[in-house]
Amino acid sequence: MSGNIKVYNFMGLRKLATIFSLLLLLVSIGSLATRGLNLGLDFTGGSLVELGYEKEANLNDIRSQLNAAGFEGAVVQTFGAPTDILIRLGSDHDPKLGDKVLAALQQDGGQNIELRRNEFVGAQVGEELREQGGLGMLLALFMIMLYVAFRFQFKFSVGAVVALGHDVLIVVGFFSLFQIEFDLTVLAAVLAVIGYSLNDTIVVADRIRENFRKLRKETSMEIMNISLSQTLSRTLITSITTLLVLVALAMFGGEMIHGFAIALLVGVTVGTYSSIYVAANALIMMGICKEDLIPPPKDDQEAVDELP
Amino acid sequence: MLNRYPLWKNLLILFVLLIGALYASPNLYPEDYAVQLSGNRDIHQVDQPLMDTVTSALKREGLVYKEVELTSKSGLIRFADGEAQLKAKQIISSVLGDNYVVALNLAPTTPEWLESIGAGPMKLGLDLRGGVHFLLEVDMATAVAQRLDVYVSEIKVKLRQDKLRYRSVTHREDGSLEVKFADAATRDKAQSLIRKDYTEFLLQTEDTDKGNFLIVTLTEQTTRSIEDYAIKQNLTTLRNRVNELGVAEPLVQRQGRNRIVVQLPGVQDAAAAKRIIGKTANLEFRLEAKPDASRGLTDTYEFRNEPGRRGVLEKDIIITGSSVSNAQSTFDENGQPQVSITLDSKGGQLMGRTTRNAIKRRMAVLFVEHKARTLIETVDGEQVERRVPYVEKKIISLATIQSVLGSSFRITGLDGGGESSELALLLRAGALAAPVYFVEERTVGPSLGAENIAQGVTSVQIGFALVLIFMLAIYRVFGLLANIALCINLVLLVAVMSLLSATLTLPGIAGIVLTVGMAVDANVLIFARIKEELKNGLPPQSAISAGFDRAFTTIFDANITTLIAAVILFSMGTGPVKGFAITLSVGIVTSMFTAILVTRALVNLTYGNRQLKSLSI
Repeated sequence: MSGNIKVYNFMGLRKLATIFSLLLLLVSIGSLATRGLNLGLDFTGGSLVELGYEKEANLNDIRSQLNAAGFEGAVVQTFGAPTDILIRLGSDHDPKLGDKVLAALQQDGGQNIELRRNEFVGAQVGEELREQGGLGMLLALFMIMLYVAFRFQFKFSVGAVVALGHDVLIVVGFFSLFQIEFDLTVLAAVLAVIGYSLNDTIVVADRIRENFRKLRKETSMEIMNISLSQTLSRTLITSITTLLVLVALAMFGGEMIHGFAIALLVGVTVGTYSSIYVAANALIMMGICKEDLIPPPKDDQEAVDELP
Repeated sequence: MLNRYPLWKNLLILFVLLIGALYASPNLYPEDYAVQLSGNRDIHQVDQPLMDTVTSALKREGLVYKEVELTSKSGLIRFADGEAQLKAKQIISSVLGDNYVVALNLAPTTPEWLESIGAGPMKLGLDLRGGVHFLLEVDMATAVAQRLDVYVSEIKVKLRQDKLRYRSVTHREDGSLEVKFADAATRDKAQSLIRKDYTEFLLQTEDTDKGNFLIVTLTEQTTRSIEDYAIKQNLTTLRNRVNELGVAEPLVQRQGRNRIVVQLPGVQDAAAAKRIIGKTANLEFRLEAKPDASRGLTDTYEFRNEPGRRGVLEKDIIITGSSVSNAQSTFDENGQPQVSITLDSKGGQLMGRTTRNAIKRRMAVLFVEHKARTLIETVDGEQVERRVPYVEKKIISLATIQSVLGSSFRITGLDGGGESSELALLLRAGALAAPVYFVEERTVGPSLGAENIAQGVTSVQIGFALVLIFMLAIYRVFGLLANIALCINLVLLVAVMSLLSATLTLPGIAGIVLTVGMAVDANVLIFARIKEELKNGLPPQSAISAGFDRAFTTIFDANITTLIAAVILFSMGTGPVKGFAITLSVGIVTSMFTAILVTRALVNLTYGNRQLKSLSI
């Protein structure tokens, strides 16, 4: 049945792919270890005020005004548009902080400023969210491993989890390398990447299982190539449609959702690559063979006999 | 072979689609700017005469309203725009005064026949609508300590009644009580007495050269139930307070063991909301101590508005704010703010009994507030924030009792009109059982919310259009069918979200975008299979059938695992992230339905009934 589809020699490149993956992982882990993540307010705790100016705002002026008003150590940056200013303060909680910052900046009377957003997260809440987020990710991986082991076979579940870990690390590493703010919505995106990448991996695994049962003469390596070639067009088309909407989200969805869109863009791209190379590669490395996947002969008589 | 669905299957799919369209439709009706009126006590009902007063006041001011509705509990007046709504609120508040709550609201314009079948639009999250979100932490240590105080006095009374002489009853640092006795024999008697009456204590004895001690510790279960009680009591009080604030559709909910979430859509003045919500204010009424009273029976407090001036009061409390059944802020004959207080029957009796023997003496009103200082400490090289709670009690007024006080009287000596109405509100809504601290606060302005919606909708539209074009280019006729299924998927997704009255947030919209991108996956899988089967030489009808059948397990496995990730996201996520998890999960389920059943039905209708030589796929 494979005769009608062009079979690409994916596994011929598996050594190269392994090196490439290791390189990406090394950069990710290295960056995480040295630079860490630029954690957002959700995880660090602190205060944040977003202001809307009528005309383009001068960041240096704002900084000096804030310093003069006693808000020291404030981080001032634009948020999406040059008229939109984000101010982060590590200070204690003060319910009127937003209004105070607004009042301090309005003193020069130049233009109307609007308080768009005012957030405060306690240090402890941030810490709890960090822990919870990490735990949630581990739990998701574990549950998925369990399901795949139950529906497929143990080696497949290891392959799937290796691919997922690979994707998650690279996405998080990307955020660390470019120091893009990592907040709660980005964490949600990372979990969505887990879901997406898994979807891809399962489709490939499903075909591998089917082919192991159907094709008798081919080697494991050949079966991998056939399966990956058969699913290639689907993998690409789905990735493209998903990437299309993500590009739309990144370009038109606004600043608050930008990190989310970036995480998914990176995640879907890496997920597509990993479902082709990482999962299948891991299966080969674990020495997957026909015996792993042929359903055990159902011999009820024997089972009854074994009972004492 | 031919591919045909039995009639019942086609009808079933059609039925689901119609129901979906029906329940999604309320989202097409734009919301009205409205002002909602409700009475804050049962005696202040909103009725037709009241509404007439309000509408005539609006007419006098030249404000145009769209519609007036009256339900059993509240009235609703709709306006054409936000400006009229804000003006109207001011006018109505000044007409009705303190006894009615006037709140800004966005009223759905769902037609009645749709409402009658339970259909309504999706709720918008705070990030889309604007508003305030608070996360409060209840101070459990204080809640338990307060209960221990009660036990201290109970134990003292009990021991005195049984003529068991004790030296002292004191708190220990670890949260237990220690009762000191002169000898071990008395201690043992006391132990068996207390053991008999209190199952909630763990009792231990301790003999040192300092004396014979009985250590009283609360059982884990008792501590838990005190905590539960404190949370429940606080929830009730917070709900009362939020209702008094006049917010439409507020949310007050427990989160975890010791936290409470408060969400106030549409509220802009976070500081004012916060002052009222977080205030653990209470009142105590006490007599001024007689000049010859011994110092052990008195407490000295500062005056609230006159720093430096002090008053000496008796330790005994006549009543606290919890005996107050109603409180109104008014002005006295000199135009000074005052609070008229009505007590419940028990409070009235206590007040009457005490004041009867205290004519011409002075009575003080103490304002009690739980506060906290935040200290930054360095522990193991790390900066740790620690909150140190403390209670501040200050005298509001100290006035001579002219006659026996009954169940209603007035408090004067307040700072201004604002303070008196705030105090009245707090007394009406009740005191918090334990102090609360704000651990998270998020305010989103209405313009940012509107911008978020606009950007979200734009990105959904553009993403959606791109996917439709792409699918059409790749799969032609089959692509068109998949596109129809995708549109239906979007309608069903909105319908289910509306039916669940799930909250739509900005990440939720992102979830919809993602669902649109991923929903075609199932169709792609099926179509890829059909193409493959065609290449393998199967005739078109068999290829269609085989394609759908073979792709099914793959689609199922792939979607279940994504669903697992979504469910975990839901269980650990808060607010906006939960919104994302909901849209993702609902999207997975609806897309499986549309991609498998709806597309199949469409393919069957297009191709199923005739012999085919080739397929456009």
